[in-house]
Amino acid sequence: MSDQIMAQPELAGVHIDTDSEDISRSEVILKGALAAGAVYGALAVGPFVGRALAMAESGDVGILNFALTLEYLEAAFYEEAQTRVNASGDLKSLIQLVGRDEEEHVGALTETIKKLGGKPVAEPKFDFPYSGTSGFLKLAQTFEDTGVSAYNGAAPQIKAKEVLEAAGSIVQVEARHAAAIRLQNKEEPAPEAFDPALPEAKVLKAVEPFIA
Amino acid sequence: MAVANKPSALERVTSDPVSRRKLLAVTGGSTALAAFLAACGSDSSSTTTMAGNGGGKTGTEQFGKGDVGILNYALTLEYLETAFYEDVIKSGLFKGSDLATIRKFGSEEAEHVTALTGFVKQMGGTPAPKPKTEFPLKSAKSVLELAATVENLGAAAYLGQAPNIKGASVLAAALSIHSVEGRHAAALNTLLGEPITPDGAFAKPAGADEVLKSVEPFIVG
Repeated sequence: MSDQIMAQPELAGVHIDTDSEDISRSEVILKGALAAGAVYGALAVGPFVGRALAMAESGDVGILNFALTLEYLEAAFYEEAQTRVNASGDLKSLIQLVGRDEEEHVGALTETIKKLGGKPVAEPKFDFPYSGTSGFLKLAQTFEDTGVSAYNGAAPQIKAKEVLEAAGSIVQVEARHAAAIRLQNKEEPAPEAFDPALPEAKVLKAVEPFIA
Repeated sequence: MAVANKPSALERVTSDPVSRRKLLAVTGGSTALAAFLAACGSDSSSTTTMAGNGGGKTGTEQFGKGDVGILNYALTLEYLETAFYEDVIKSGLFKGSDLATIRKFGSEEAEHVTALTGFVKQMGGTPAPKPKTEFPLKSAKSVLELAATVENLGAAAYLGQAPNIKGASVLAAALSIHSVEGRHAAALNTLLGEPITPDGAFAKPAGADEVLKSVEPFIVG
């Protein structure tokens, strides 16, 4: 089964292998997050939002696992791009650098979840439908902007100071990635004075069909 | 600037109490200010600030208590950044796309000033006064370097305060500015051929005293 995200053409073909044994709600939420984040700046907020994440797992561990899933996606995306995208020069170094950062995020989040007594979610299987360098860059921009918005949206719900510090230090790096990728795309590195937070109701709306 | 064309987003933000409370949605431009103001409606538990009246206090406390102090500290930094970009634009050192970038960043810092000022007022505080500033504007390269220094410092400053913030909506606001400062920093680093993530995969925070000491040379009154 591969449920497609219809919100945005670039994401339409991105799917997570929901047949895998370790499928968790976080992955389903991830799809919603991507769909929501793809509509950069589009907002709609409902009252059931907190519950959507709580269904996955409550508290900081839940948020961290949500973040971990996003980082898995980004890490896999850039790792694959190292062989799939015919990049050279600045772009090649950028793909390597960003990929390394995302892998470090995966490692740090995994460790933090364990320290908190939680169970890190398993890495889902991903499939990235794009073609060529421009297709890669377009999707990369969506992922990075979405990552920023996802962390910014989730962070105010974090309870532990240390976890908030970690999330803050990661989101700034995601924002830096986003700016660099945007420059590659000849786009404004900082399109808005205020980065939008992930609109959680959009998440709920997108995940609703998948939540039993 | 993708600002004016999002009235429906703003309508949804301001008409929905949940989004107002959480400030999980900030778009940009004038809409952002409205969102900010709407957002702090339910977070008005703060006290009056004594902006500019340090009285031997350190850190953000010299700008006021708690979240108001943090917001006023941020406001002071945003004033500084705004003044810097204004001076740079006037200097005539930049043309073309570099000038466009500087204008864009400058206008975003000005939006941060407006939003933070409104936020402090909404919380019952007195906004910190605009400091008098002076920047060395010798060459395009040295100015870009200074811009990068200021932006990287600004990003670190917000990161340093995030864990100290009490109100969820204040935190959401700070985060939405924090990542924009990070974007500015990375873009300037790119222009200079410097690493976009100088701290590696995890950005480092900076404390208020450290930050204020760094910007002291640019404040003349």
